[in-house]
Parts: sequence; C-alpha cells; structure tokens
Amino acid sequence: MFTNNTHHNQDPHHEVEYSKEDKALFGFWAYLMSDCLLFACLFEVYAVLKNSTFGGPTSQELFNMPFVLVQTLILLTSSFTYGLVSLHAHHTNHARKVLAWLSVTFLLGLAFLSMEIYEFMVLINEGHGPSTSAFLSAFFVLLGTHGAHVLVGLIWMAVLFVQVYKKGLTVANTGKLAVLGLFWHFLDIIWIFIFTIVYLMGVI
Amino acid sequence: MKNSYKITDERFEASQNAFRSYTIGFVLSLVLTFIPYFMVTKQVFGASSLLVAIVFFGIAQLFVQVIFFLHLHPKSRPHWNIIVFVYTLVIVAFLVVGSLWIMHNLNTNMMGKTPFNSNEGYVPSFDKNK
Repeated sequence: MFTNNTHHNQDPHHEVEYSKEDKALFGFWAYLMSDCLLFACLFEVYAVLKNSTFGGPTSQELFNMPFVLVQTLILLTSSFTYGLVSLHAHHTNHARKVLAWLSVTFLLGLAFLSMEIYEFMVLINEGHGPSTSAFLSAFFVLLGTHGAHVLVGLIWMAVLFVQVYKKGLTVANTGKLAVLGLFWHFLDIIWIFIFTIVYLMGVI
Repeated sequence: MKNSYKITDERFEASQNAFRSYTIGFVLSLVLTFIPYFMVTKQVFGASSLLVAIVFFGIAQLFVQVIFFLHLHPKSRPHWNIIVFVYTLVIVAFLVVGSLWIMHNLNTNMMGKTPFNSNEGYVPSFDKNK
C-alpha cells in the first residue's frame, strides 16, 4: 500500500518528491494512529471496568461465541476482498473487477454491521443495556465506536463505488481507494483486538 | 515492442506478488483466529496459561495483518509510516500498562469494600454510621 512512485535519489541533499496521493496516504496514516490512541483508551476503560458488573450479568453469561466467530470471519474475509480491490486498482488497472470486489466488500461489511446491531438489540431487549453496569457501559461504548467506524467505512465505500463507476480508475480515484484500504484494514485490526480482549478473555 | 513486453511482465509479476501476499495473510489470519477460539471454547488449558496463549495469538495476528494487509515492514518507503506506527505503539503501551498497573494497585491497596473495588456501586454511607 505504501508504494512510492518516485525514485530514491542518491544525492542526500536532494529532496525526494512525493506525489499528492502519497502525501494524502501519509496524512491519513497519521490520523489512523491518533484513532488508534482513541481505541487504546476505550480498551483501557473496558479492561478496568470488566469485573464491575454491579450484580448484573458477567461476560461469561452474556457472550455468544459461535456468533462472534462468524462476525470475525466475515470481517477478515472483507479485509481480504478489499485486498483484491487494491490489487486490481494498483496493479492490473481493471475497473470492473475493482467494482465487483468493492461491492463484495461492501456486502460483507454490511453483514458484519447488521450482526453487531442485532447483538446490541438482543442484549438491550433482555434488559442488559448500557445502563445496567459499568462493564456493559464500557462494552457498548467500545463496540459502538467500532461499529460507527464501520458505518463510516461503508458510506465511504459506496461513494467511491459511484466515483469509480463514473470516472474509472483515475490517479485521484486509485489514491482514494488506497486511503480507504488503510481505513478498512485498520478496522479489521481493531476487531481482532475486540475479539481477543473482549470476547476470548471474557469467557475464560 | 520488447520494452513494452518487459513492462507488462513486471506489472504481472507485481500483481502476482500482491495476490500472494493477500492470500498468505488471509490464510494465516484465519488460522490465528481458529486456534485461540477452539482453545478457549474447549478450555484446553487452565485460565492463566489460556490467557498467555490468547495474548500470544492476538499479537501474532497483529503482525500478520500489519505485514500482509498494510504492507508495513522495515523496508517499506517512506520511512515516516513505520516511525509513526512504532511511536504510537510505544504510547499505547505506556497508556495500557500504566493505567492497568495503577488501577490494580488502587483496587488491592484499598482495604475493605469501597464503591471503587466492589460491585455494589456508590451508596452514600454517612447515614448508616449514626
């Protein structure tokens, strides 16, 4: 993803020129790192409040592990299919394949988000909403923040789909696809931590 | 003509390499998801060794994702990407380890039940002492 079209200059006093797309990619990477700090704080809060169940249900009683495994597999697959989007956008320059894999990724992301919302609905309907205990407040905030990011990613993907459909794989569009790719793989990495720290550690 | 074939070959090779990288990353990430999942659901070890194993698989998964999906490794250009990444990891480590350490000490050093280390929440107790 971090390919740089400019050649590395041998002269140390000569400034290396970066394209507009490379600069945008780096700027977005810096944003993602600050987003990473936001998630670190939320994980932190969750880890501290995990056992403060206030007499309510504990993580062992609430989590439905096969459901979470399916969610994880869907998100991992969507990260792979986005990899195929990047592949066709940057290497084979095949607009139809980009659109096809982009829609597959979109549908997988939508399935993931629907499952997350369904899980929230089930918890709230059973009377285990975010106001039940500090543990559930931290749980809903952490997963809700991740879900909100996925929602933004889906809207972004739909917008880019239209742009690639109308204008084709222009330099600007492949740059935008690369930036969205960073975002999507980043969300996958955050989910891996939710899977490990919230779900797997929650049922030990 | 010869030159243009060469360019096509290079592009084909680059796309093959990218495809290989994504496929290896995908397979590894699936393996690193299934192993800890079944270790936990079948309870193959005791709680503390299970915890160590899960953390190990989580970190391995992070490296697989960063290398095969984000293509971030020490040789990647520009170097700024990896410098910012490592810096963020250091800050996150300070944040997580430091806060857990402080909160753990806070819970163990406060003798007796208080609203902060029990599950009973904050109940004003000045009336009960009278």
